[in-house]
Amino acid sequence: MSPDKQDLDAFRREVRAWFEKNRPADPGFLLPQSFMEVGTDEQFYFLRDWQRKVYDAGYLGMAWPKEYGGGGKSQTLQDIATREMVRQKVPFMTNTIGLNWAGPLILNMGSEDQKNAYIKGILNAEDIWCQGFSEPDNGSDLGNAQLRAEPDGKEFVLNGSKIWTSLGKHAKYMILLARTNLAATNKYEGLSFFLIPMKIAGIDVVPIRKLTGEFGFNQTFFADARISESCLIGQEGGGWQVAMATLAFERGAVGGQAGGHSMMSKEVSEVVRLARAAQRNGHPAIEDPVIRDRLVQLIMEERSLALNSARARIKPLVAERPGSIDMSSKLAGSEYQRRLNQFALSLQGANAAYYVGDKNAYERGQWQRSYFNSFSATIGGGTSEIQHNIIGERVLGLPKS
Amino acid sequence: MWDADQRPVIKFSDEQEQLLGVATNFARDKFPLDRARKRIAASEDLDRSVWEEMVSLGWLGIAIPEEFGGSGLGLAEVVTVVEPLGRHLAGTPLVSTTLVAQAILVAGTPAQKGVWLPKICQGAIAALALVEPHGDWNLKHLTVQARPEGDRLVLSGIKTFVTDALSAELVLVSVALANAQALVLLDKAALGAAVIEREVVIDETRRSYRIKFDGVSVATTNLLQPSLSAAALKQIDEAACLLLSAEMCGGASGVIDTVVDYLKTRKQFGRLIGSYQALKHPVVDALLMLDAARSHLYYAAGIFGDPIEGELAVRMAKALAGDALTFASDRAIQFHGGFGFTYDCDAQLYRRRAIWCEAQHGDAAHQRRKLADMMLDLQT
Repeated sequence: MSPDKQDLDAFRREVRAWFEKNRPADPGFLLPQSFMEVGTDEQFYFLRDWQRKVYDAGYLGMAWPKEYGGGGKSQTLQDIATREMVRQKVPFMTNTIGLNWAGPLILNMGSEDQKNAYIKGILNAEDIWCQGFSEPDNGSDLGNAQLRAEPDGKEFVLNGSKIWTSLGKHAKYMILLARTNLAATNKYEGLSFFLIPMKIAGIDVVPIRKLTGEFGFNQTFFADARISESCLIGQEGGGWQVAMATLAFERGAVGGQAGGHSMMSKEVSEVVRLARAAQRNGHPAIEDPVIRDRLVQLIMEERSLALNSARARIKPLVAERPGSIDMSSKLAGSEYQRRLNQFALSLQGANAAYYVGDKNAYERGQWQRSYFNSFSATIGGGTSEIQHNIIGERVLGLPKS
Repeated sequence: MWDADQRPVIKFSDEQEQLLGVATNFARDKFPLDRARKRIAASEDLDRSVWEEMVSLGWLGIAIPEEFGGSGLGLAEVVTVVEPLGRHLAGTPLVSTTLVAQAILVAGTPAQKGVWLPKICQGAIAALALVEPHGDWNLKHLTVQARPEGDRLVLSGIKTFVTDALSAELVLVSVALANAQALVLLDKAALGAAVIEREVVIDETRRSYRIKFDGVSVATTNLLQPSLSAAALKQIDEAACLLLSAEMCGGASGVIDTVVDYLKTRKQFGRLIGSYQALKHPVVDALLMLDAARSHLYYAAGIFGDPIEGELAVRMAKALAGDALTFASDRAIQFHGGFGFTYDCDAQLYRRRAIWCEAQHGDAAHQRRKLADMMLDLQT
């Protein structure tokens, strides 16, 4: 039963009002823009509390089954709530991996026990999740993961390391891709997928300092860490298929996520505002013809992203090269963010040289930081260069590189 | 334009879908690239048989009201025909004739509408005489004069880039009349006294002429309503941006296919050259530019005529489609290697089309300049 338009409008008004009333006040420190940037405890607890508040109000996991802690309502309502969060620029939902990747995976492929054990904690942010995919020597080549999970009776013994573990310090669980069979005929068949506890003997989380000078990422070391065979999700040896299903959730190619936004992107309107404030030759920078031209290019580019999504919903207008827009949205969006942030720095003139921590830095140095952090999206989830290969090969049919 | 969550919406009608399908097949069947080369070499200005087919499909009357013999649809539907034609580098008077019809619809007298619009629906070719030797894209920068003499107007001055002037039954000329801009309709008889010279132009699928109007005179009844001539010029400019964007998006798609075919078949150093990232990645960039331009194109088509947003949208579409076709065709020449340097390689045909379309009604930088003035000076 889908709600009618009147119900939807009423719901939209309700959500709008709730977020207007309950949005958190400025915490007095710079908030991260995504779960990958949570570097301090004060940031983490602030965000965890906020996610719980949104969940308690009923605006997260609305379409997940009621028996596991979800709202049991329609996806349409969740989509409305999510878009309102984006629109009002409230802080993002910090348990991103749980809400968007692990959660839908468990609901799709997990056992009854796993659903009962994990879903509610994902939604109320009690149980933070992290991801163990990339390894120091296997960044873009995920299928080559080497972390060893050696079967030993009813247990597996983990040895090796995973890298870029966001929220690793706070995580209670990890989704883990590991090698269970060294003798498999090809590299993919030797992989299995696990839902593992983080707070056990043999697992050590070591922070990695980012290019921003802050923390947020970790390297996770495994030394004879023992997990139960009940941690498996999917078949032993079927880990690659589970990983691909997880990536489909991660890239938004498949629905089923709990909702809520996971990232607070910069918008060109903020840069236009900056251009009015910044000075060039004693005048507002926005009067400079070169700066105006760049601003217009960025405005058009931002609009392109939204219009591409709109066109992707019209079948006859994507028939020529199906999948082109969906497959390129990460590349287009992340590169746009990088360029936008870079331009925002140059607008600041001499003050571009300030950094987070100086009281004279424009807007607490958020642009300097967000420029550096924008590389997390042009590198993570398959670098822009890998994205070019994927699009060239799958959309245009070019030969493999 | 925007849904309840403030996301932009592209309006796309059933008629657009239907026309896009028909035109895609038509363009593929009637305009294979060897046809474009035959067109270039042909001595006649126009391929009458294809033109008649386009007329019988009703394409000249798509955006003309039914009372004048058209289908009563809009320019959004014309876009779906122009885009596939652009993909195959068709050189036809469809766009210029449509633009003249648009001007008559906006500013024509009832008599002018009654005479010319039905004729256009039935295939009369119309040409636009807007550009002058100074090359300024500002359509209000006019040196061609119309001087009243009794109930007649005497013209003087030169217009350039009048496509299909010799095939046209009607030429719409922009003139300065008593220090204001005006638009005059000239039929074949009135053109008799003009000196019409063929131009050598970069897009060889076009037939373009330079017209010297000295000594031409017409009855003042051929003047479009003076109070509406500014609105008509605006309509021509915005409709041209829209239709040229369609033509360029089509062209970008065509040239991407051309270069991809080559990258999939040409081997060097024992490898298909499309496997080299130095070639693969820029072609993907061209595809992304096309995808963005095409999204802007259909958005602009759906809201054409909206007071401010409509103009913003067509200028963005033209800027992005121009950049997309320019980049894609420039790289296509380069990626064909030595063959790309020859006249036989099709990449140059698209590059020439890109330069032609960019030169019409303002290139990407010109559009961005206009957009900056429209968007950045509003204090918010």
